[in-house]
Amino acid sequence: MGIIVSLGAVLAIMVVAWIGGSISGLQPIFGVLVPYAAFAVFLIGFCRKVVYWAKSPVPFRIPTTAGQEVSLPWIKWAKLDNPSTTAGVIGRMFLEIFCFRSLFRNTRADLRSGYLYYSPSKWLWLFAIGFHYAFLIIALRHLRLFVHPIPGFVETLDAVDGMFQIGIPPIYLTDLLFIGAVTALFCRRIFLSKVRFISLPADYFPLFLLLGIGITGLLMRFVFRVDIVSVKQLANGLASLHPTVPDNLGAIFFIHVALVSTLFAYFPFSKLMHMGGVFMSPTRNLANTNRMKRHENPWWTPPKFHTYEEYEDMYRDLMKEAGLPLERE
Amino acid sequence: MAKELTPQEMLRIDLSPPTQDWMDIPVEIKPGIYCYPAKPEKIEIVGMPNPHEWNPLDDDWNLPEGWKETFLEGMRERLDKHRSFKIFMDICVRCGACADKCHFFLGSGDPKNMPVVRGELIRSIYRGEFTKAGKILGRLAGGRKLTEEVLKEIWSYMFQCTECRRCSLFCPYGIDTAEITIIGRELLNLLGLNINWIQEPVANCYETGNHLGLLPHTFVQNIEFLLMDIEEFVGIKIEPSFNRKGAEILFITPSGDVFAEPGIYTLMGYLMIFEHIGLDYTWSTYACEGGNFGFFTSLEMAQRLNAKMYHEAERLGVKWILGGECGHMWRVVHQYMNTFNKPVPTMEEPVSPITGTKFENAKSLKMVHMSEFTADLIKHGKLNLDPSRNDHYKVTFHDSCNPSRGMGMFEEPRYIIKNVCNHFYEMPENTIREQTFCCGSGSGLNAGENMELRLRGGLPRANAAKYVHEKYGVNMLANVCAIDRAVLPASMEYWCPEMQVAGVSELVANALIMEGEGPRTMNLRGEEIPGRAPAEEESEGNEDV
Ligand code: HEM
Ligand code: SF4
Ligand code: SF4
Repeated sequence: MGIIVSLGAVLAIMVVAWIGGSISGLQPIFGVLVPYAAFAVFLIGFCRKVVYWAKSPVPFRIPTTAGQEVSLPWIKWAKLDNPSTTAGVIGRMFLEIFCFRSLFRNTRADLRSGYLYYSPSKWLWLFAIGFHYAFLIIALRHLRLFVHPIPGFVETLDAVDGMFQIGIPPIYLTDLLFIGAVTALFCRRIFLSKVRFISLPADYFPLFLLLGIGITGLLMRFVFRVDIVSVKQLANGLASLHPTVPDNLGAIFFIHVALVSTLFAYFPFSKLMHMGGVFMSPTRNLANTNRMKRHENPWWTPPKFHTYEEYEDMYRDLMKEAGLPLERE
Repeated sequence: MAKELTPQEMLRIDLSPPTQDWMDIPVEIKPGIYCYPAKPEKIEIVGMPNPHEWNPLDDDWNLPEGWKETFLEGMRERLDKHRSFKIFMDICVRCGACADKCHFFLGSGDPKNMPVVRGELIRSIYRGEFTKAGKILGRLAGGRKLTEEVLKEIWSYMFQCTECRRCSLFCPYGIDTAEITIIGRELLNLLGLNINWIQEPVANCYETGNHLGLLPHTFVQNIEFLLMDIEEFVGIKIEPSFNRKGAEILFITPSGDVFAEPGIYTLMGYLMIFEHIGLDYTWSTYACEGGNFGFFTSLEMAQRLNAKMYHEAERLGVKWILGGECGHMWRVVHQYMNTFNKPVPTMEEPVSPITGTKFENAKSLKMVHMSEFTADLIKHGKLNLDPSRNDHYKVTFHDSCNPSRGMGMFEEPRYIIKNVCNHFYEMPENTIREQTFCCGSGSGLNAGENMELRLRGGLPRANAAKYVHEKYGVNMLANVCAIDRAVLPASMEYWCPEMQVAGVSELVANALIMEGEGPRTMNLRGEEIPGRAPAEEESEGNEDV
């Protein structure tokens, strides 16, 4: 059900954008208004979410310790997996964010004739890291449309990404990686029974959206050939806040833009916020200094406990009989 | 247990979930899996809300009036108090990396025991009751309303999680389902829905100071019995002190080790080690529980029980606290105690009086783990050891969840074992250290009525133990946890019958050569040590043949 609904939603967006993009009177809406609105929703929504999280304190130090703690001086300490210094935490977070360290640990468990076997399983890590880096590089490459003059690193990325010069125009490696990885992530969701069991419409929807973005992107480059000069004109206009809508943009372009806008607008209200959340996750971004330093809990209240005096009052006779020292006889 | 299953029957586990939507699978409260409800009077002792009579098998749980608002209000309050909870509600991508990491899922195949689904049970309420999209779109946005049926489901699965954090290790965002369970249980406790196996120890611990409710004189007597055993098996007379003011160190360990096998042997081990090094320390009958079942109830209850440690340390005027071998005790001590309490000005940074080592990693909390303390003693040659006395044991080490993923103590116990035993073998690497599997009965789920759940949850650990048993002949599962000592024997008896269970300090004391000791032909369990029949008595000097 989730699959159909999500696919339906993405197709509906495409149809609306196609119709809108084909009517020249509506083009300013789909070419300017919608992207602006989506970007604004993204920025404001993202910040609001981060502030919403930040408003709740971190009352306790709860790092998941994934290696030897700092201990006696002769015991080798896992500085990154169980950091007790700020540098260690930064290192740990770097590995999490840029290398998906925890996901890299992944194993699969199988039960065969009474024995459990665990084997390394890197597929999810591979698809995930492939997808994210492809997405990042594609996003950066898009800067060439928005920024004038084109920054040097964007030119370099472009050259490296298209270095194989296959086809005319040359195909980008990241495009293939992106489509491949998103497809693989999608296949996991439908073919692996555990992942299918836990998948919600909110899991299929972004995957269809990303796939739609990727495919329409490729179509513009290889099949329907949009006029790149006009695209730049529009993008530059958007970026410099002087938007103009050139009149020779095909409907396919508007579909692409509508899908990207949807992704932006949807982002802050969805699981995609893991991008912000991963930085703030208390099991990863806290140093294990629990016994070395005192940590304050902002909502701390004094504990109501059974004091020694109450205890002695309760059991004085028994304690006396057992020869235990007393505060008051 | 409802019906006795043989290991073969128990092993018919299907790890592929059905194609049904999980929200459509009705909850089933099964004998053998669920624990008995908390008795109202045990809730009243500690003044927690809504004590009432109810039975999980009944349709009507006699829920207090306005239960739904109480639950949701409690959830809102906890979202405001814990950033972890808020973020974990929002960012799970349902990638499934955690799915097959939970011992309860691996041992039962129940798909709702996949950590991600356990989390989704609560996340679906968050989406359905707290977010706009969920309120409008309902299930399309993954949201559910909180109904009685849903509450029962949450109850069932919050008490099928041992808060072991194995899932959190593998989650790309560090989502800790244990944290969700901790908060989920707090919410259930607002409605008086604890289990008795947790509530009764909490009440006992609150009043008498220990889980079993041993009164002060009984606590002392129990230790005296063990001293008599030491005298018999080791030939040494020890006279420890209780509630003594002016001692340098206060020693606190879980009370389970005071009365039950094989924990008592660990406790005998402590007594012997302290005697051997001449430690100036005292026991307390007031703060006589290291364990803290409050932690399985609510963080507030954990704080209320934990407060006794510092309170007693201050009253007795000790410099620092030494803590015995226990899992969840050390989760609370290491990760929470320094925040639960104000510091005690009279205490000092812990220094080993025997070796002079400063325990830098504990300088603020002033509480040191027994294994840290012992490892340091061995390193400085302060223990006179004859590891061959443990030669009849082939030993492996079970890392308990809490000191592993909530502290990171891996090397100290291994160093100790390798110094006191000649035969040490590791279990497979995906089942030890930070990836260790729970015993299956942690976080207060070590009751009798849920034995099927315990055996299922214990399968991954037992399976790894069985592997080294078959491969190397390992017959001793060492650990640093009182719950392990209490529950692993049952799990081993079922899955790997030849495996015994011991605390690390027991193995140390077996190997400890004490001044003035007897012939040492018996171990601390009063069993003959093979090859040390009384005839060889005189050959004390070259014992390590
Ligand atoms: C700091 C930045 C980010 C980090 C560290 C990060 C990390 C991850 C990881 C580890 C996964 C889990 C593996 C998986 O399910 O594929 C994941 C999933 C995902 N991420 Fe990110 N991510 C980041 C930013 C983004 C951004 C900007 C997007 C925007 C589109 C995004 C979209 C997704 C999607 C759609 C999935 C789910 C894939 C699936 O359904 O299987 N991520 N991310
Ligand atoms: S590993 Fe983390 S993100 Fe993935 S399903 Fe489990 S809890 Fe969610
Ligand atoms: S904390 Fe442990 S028991 Fe609980 S869901 Fe995670 S792996 Fe399972």
